[in-house]
Amino acid sequence: MTAFRALLIRDMRLAFRAGGGASLAAAFFALVAALVPFGVGADLILLGRIAGGVLWVSAALAALLSLDRLFQADYEDGSLDVLLLSPLQLEAGAAAKILAHWLTTGLPLVVLSPVLGLLLNLPAPGYLALIGSLLIGTPALSGVGAIGAALTLSIRRGGLILALIVLPLITPALIFGAGAVTDALDGTGRGAFLFLAAFSVAAVGLSPFAAAAAVRLNLGG
Amino acid sequence: MITFLANPKRFLDFSNAIAPWLAVLAAVLLGVGFYWALVVTPPDYQQGQSVKIMFVHVPAAYMGIMVYGAMAVASLTGLVFRHPLADVAAKSAAPLGAAFTALALLTGSLWGRPMWGTFWQWGDARLVSELILLFIYLGYIALWNAIDDPVRAAKAAAILSLVGAADVPIIHFSVDWWNTLHQPASIVRPGGPTIDRSFLIPLLIMMAGYTVLFAWLWLVRMQTEILERRARSLMMARGA
Repeated sequence: MTAFRALLIRDMRLAFRAGGGASLAAAFFALVAALVPFGVGADLILLGRIAGGVLWVSAALAALLSLDRLFQADYEDGSLDVLLLSPLQLEAGAAAKILAHWLTTGLPLVVLSPVLGLLLNLPAPGYLALIGSLLIGTPALSGVGAIGAALTLSIRRGGLILALIVLPLITPALIFGAGAVTDALDGTGRGAFLFLAAFSVAAVGLSPFAAAAAVRLNLGG
Repeated sequence: MITFLANPKRFLDFSNAIAPWLAVLAAVLLGVGFYWALVVTPPDYQQGQSVKIMFVHVPAAYMGIMVYGAMAVASLTGLVFRHPLADVAAKSAAPLGAAFTALALLTGSLWGRPMWGTFWQWGDARLVSELILLFIYLGYIALWNAIDDPVRAAKAAAILSLVGAADVPIIHFSVDWWNTLHQPASIVRPGGPTIDRSFLIPLLIMMAGYTVLFAWLWLVRMQTEILERRARSLMMARGA
C-alpha cells in the first residue's frame, strides 16, 4: 500500500511539475468545446441539444492527449524496469498510474464541465447528469486508455496508433455518457447512466491486468 | 491435430495438400450461390432487384464478425499455449476480416441508397457496429506493423484482440441501445425480420462459400507469412 501511494504521488507530481498536468488537459478540453460553436453556428437551442455529446467527445480527446506519456516516459528512462522489479505487483502499479492519470486529467474535466455546459447553453436539468456521467465515466477512459498506452509504449510517435486503438474501444462510454445527458434533458430514465457505470466498473476493474500484461511483454518478460 | 500442425513444415505440407481443394470448393459454392441468388430467386415484391445485394452483404457482415472470433481464438491460443503458428494465424486473419467488414459496409450503403434514400443510415445499429469493428481491425493491423520485433508485436496484438473481443459485444449493445433512442424502429432493415425460404437457401450457400473462401485465403496467407519469416531468417543468417 505504501508503494502504491508512493507511485501515485510520484506520478501526480510529475504530471503537475513537468507535464503541465491538470491545466493542460483542461485547457484542451475547454478549447475543443469552445471551437464547436464556430463549426456548427451560434444557434443556442442546437448547442444546448448537442452540449452533452460535444463535451463527452472533448473529454475523450482530452484524455487521449496525455496517455502517450503514461508509460512511455518511464519506459525510456528505465523507471518501468525498476517498477517491474519492485515488490509492488505490476497490476497494482498499473492501477496506481491509471488513478494518477484520472486525478490529473479526468477529474479536472469533471470540475470544468459545468462551466463549459453554460458556454454551450446546456439546459438546467442536464448539469447533474453531465457532471455525474463524466465523474463516473472518465475513469473508464483512463483505464482503457492505459491498455492502449501500455501496448504502444515501445513505439516512437505512437500517438496516432494509440488513438486508433483506444477510440473505437471507448465508444460505449461515449454513447452512454452522452446518452445520460440526453436522458436527463428528456426525462427518459436513468438507463444510460447505469450502463455507463457498468461499463466503467468493468473497464477500471480489468484494465490494470491487461495494461500490466502489455507492459511485461514490452519489457521482454 | 493442433499440436501436430505446430511444426511449420508439417503445416506447409498439410495446407499445400488441402488449399487447392478449398479453392475449388469455394469457387463451386460461390458460383452456385451467385447463380441461384442473382438469376433463380425472384425479385422482392417491395425491394425489387435491389434485394439481391443481400446475398453479398449479409455473408460479408457475418464473416467480419466470424473472422474476428477466429482471430481472437488464435490470439488466445498464442498467448496461453505459446503455439508457434497461432500468431501467424491471427496476423493473417486480420486483413481478411477488415476486407470482409469493408465489403459489408460498402454493400450495406449501396443497398441503403435505394432502401432508405441515403448511403449511410446511423439508425441501423448493425451497420454502425461494423464500422467500429473496421476501426478495431485497422488499429490491430497498425499495431502489428508499428512494432518491429515480431515476437513483441504478436503478443501486443494478441492482447489488443482479446480486449477487443471483450469490447465488441458491448459496443454492439451500446450502439443498439443508442439506435433505439434516436431512431424509431420503422425502417426496413437489411436482412429483414423474416426471410423467405427461396431466399434463405441461396443465402446459406453464399455464407458457406464466403466461409470456405476465407479458409482458403487464410491458409495461403499463413503459408506466405511462414515463408516470409523463413526468408527473413535466411537473409539474417547470411548477413551475420
